[in-house]
Amino acid sequence: MSVCTLRIDNRDVAIAAGASVLEAARAAGAAIPTLCHLDGLSPVAACRLCLVELEGSDKLQAACVTAVADGMQVRTDSPRLREIRRSVIELLFTEGNHVCAICVANGHCELQDLAVTVGMDHSRLPYRFPDRHVDLSHPLFGLDHNRCILCSRCVRVCDEVEGAHVWDIGWRGEHCRIIAGLDEPWEAVNACTHCGKCVEVCPTGALFHKADTSEEKQGHPERLQALVHARNHQQWQP
Amino acid sequence: MSASVPPTRTITIDPVTRIEGHAKITIQLDASGAVEHARFHVTEYRGFETFCEGRPFTEMAAITARICGICPVSHLLAAAKTGDKILAVAIPPAAEKLRRLMNLAQITQSHALSFFHLSSPDFLLGWDSDPAQRNVFGLIAANPDLARAGIRLRQFGQGVIEALGGRKIHAAWAVPGGVRSPLSPELRDQIRAGLPEAFAIAGRGLELFKQLLDNQLREELAVFGDFPSLFLGLVGPQGRWEHYGGAGSGIRVMASDGTLVADGLREDDVETFLAEAVEPWSYLKFPYVRALGPEAGSYRVGPLARLNLCERIGTPRADAELLELRQRGGRVVTASFMHHLARLIEILACLEQMERLLDDPEITTTHVRARAGVNCHEAVGVSEAPRGTLFHHYRVDANGLIEKVNLIIATGQNNGAMNRTIGQIARHYLSGSQLSEGLLNRVEAGIRCFDPCLSCSTHAAGQMPLDVQLLAADGALLDRRRRD
Repeated sequence: MSVCTLRIDNRDVAIAAGASVLEAARAAGAAIPTLCHLDGLSPVAACRLCLVELEGSDKLQAACVTAVADGMQVRTDSPRLREIRRSVIELLFTEGNHVCAICVANGHCELQDLAVTVGMDHSRLPYRFPDRHVDLSHPLFGLDHNRCILCSRCVRVCDEVEGAHVWDIGWRGEHCRIIAGLDEPWEAVNACTHCGKCVEVCPTGALFHKADTSEEKQGHPERLQALVHARNHQQWQP
Repeated sequence: MSASVPPTRTITIDPVTRIEGHAKITIQLDASGAVEHARFHVTEYRGFETFCEGRPFTEMAAITARICGICPVSHLLAAAKTGDKILAVAIPPAAEKLRRLMNLAQITQSHALSFFHLSSPDFLLGWDSDPAQRNVFGLIAANPDLARAGIRLRQFGQGVIEALGGRKIHAAWAVPGGVRSPLSPELRDQIRAGLPEAFAIAGRGLELFKQLLDNQLREELAVFGDFPSLFLGLVGPQGRWEHYGGAGSGIRVMASDGTLVADGLREDDVETFLAEAVEPWSYLKFPYVRALGPEAGSYRVGPLARLNLCERIGTPRADAELLELRQRGGRVVTASFMHHLARLIEILACLEQMERLLDDPEITTTHVRARAGVNCHEAVGVSEAPRGTLFHHYRVDANGLIEKVNLIIATGQNNGAMNRTIGQIARHYLSGSQLSEGLLNRVEAGIRCFDPCLSCSTHAAGQMPLDVQLLAADGALLDRRRRD
């Protein structure tokens, strides 16, 4: 296995070739905020929170999908990056209808935690208040499009881990939203196995257990990671 | 305007102070300078009933609790009870006892706020005292022990709410099917340890107010909204004082002569026995007993109504005080000023009932929530808020999304009575075309008897300056007083 050496925030890091800059940064102890990324799922660079600066390039790169290279010099924190990360979070908040006080995920929400991390004490952008609906057709789970940030974790976990591929992202631009099956009510999609993995990995209160009331949802992405690890290491082989 | 039409004038108090929410009062004078009518206008609109549409019914407790920072528990319980019916479950007995405990704490803290913080400065500092001092800070300067006692009593009630729900305000702890978390023995003991001081403060407030009623507040008793009307509220089994509802409880309507107009009404039938009138000059609706029409069917709710409606409270000290109240005002007390005494008696009743609940071994049972899906599509939940009976009425679709919400709030149900009260006060105290500070304060205090919560009733909050205008019929400004 070849090894790459690179510098991240003026620290030398050696990591296996093929690793992402995000993995290398975490190995070096640099905290890069992420939202759409989840260990165990393929990276998609949808949220743009993990942007980093590379020496010799004006173009910012998403750390989750950028492979390390020998001699690479990475900066994970700068005034420019902090401003971009805060703007990303502000855009996510203003683009949907995120009312933390009554949300099922209040207190256990990755978006809410990141708002604190990036110092978003208010939004500098006007709220759009889009008209979105809630799908409670599933017997066990609910989908509130008002709280969806289109991270696509649910799409990926259903496709890559459960193999059911219930979810997709439909439509274009500001009309983009998560769709079940061929844009049907969730209960109408026979492919759904009711496994609840999408609910466990959702970083906000968009996907939830129907019995949950405000503040009651706690995601469990670690269950997914345990599952993926066991599968990758064939822990269930006789 | 024809010169032959005599000039009339309007006095406006805008907004009304030391209440929860935004409102103004106009007093219309006729040509002779006599009060023609007085109106209490609620000038804020919030629209909760509309924006709840499309939300899961499981969120209603958390959303509607945000209507108010004073009595979120009332909305929480009404919403949770409506949710219980949508689930069609019987909640665990411990859950009902815990909900009762929280409502008792809520009534205690809200009544303490109303009496000690908002109203007692009028009684103790005087109606005509400097308005800059006639508030809780003036009370702290003039009578620090009493002010501290009031604050401590409210703190006790808020502390119980926090012990149960995790925080003092907007604890979304009551949920459809029960409550989220049980009460630990340690927290039960912590609550119990606060009771002796709370009892002592309640007793002190009662003694103080009864002395005032016997001396300097005699006139107010007759002038601040004393009139016959209907009274409506929950009563428990055998006509006992009731604040939560539950098995054996029903809604009772009583006339001021003690005649039972209706008894054992079910909250689910609220649309059959109550209707709501709308006036163009206020965002606050005027509920009335449907069968009797808007005038004859106007009724009062709240602490005085609850004490009038019940046969007894069911705890010894509060029952002794109830007996004394009836000795002062008759079997059915019609003087709205007695709301203050009724609040103090209810604080005592709440503390006694809390003591009983805390002694119940079931209060620390850990089975506190029943779970189910949507089994019913329309339901009404009721709770007795500090200010009176609160109805939540929801209709949901097959999946539990809200299709329709109607909230009938205590302050709305007292709307007609508040208008009559300010009319009575204005007729008694207003003479000539000059506005006196004392008059304006008395008119406002007439409203404060009902401890209205406009945040709730229009489903507004903020600091309220006072703007009073005396207008001729042609709109000319004759007199004006303003404080910011």
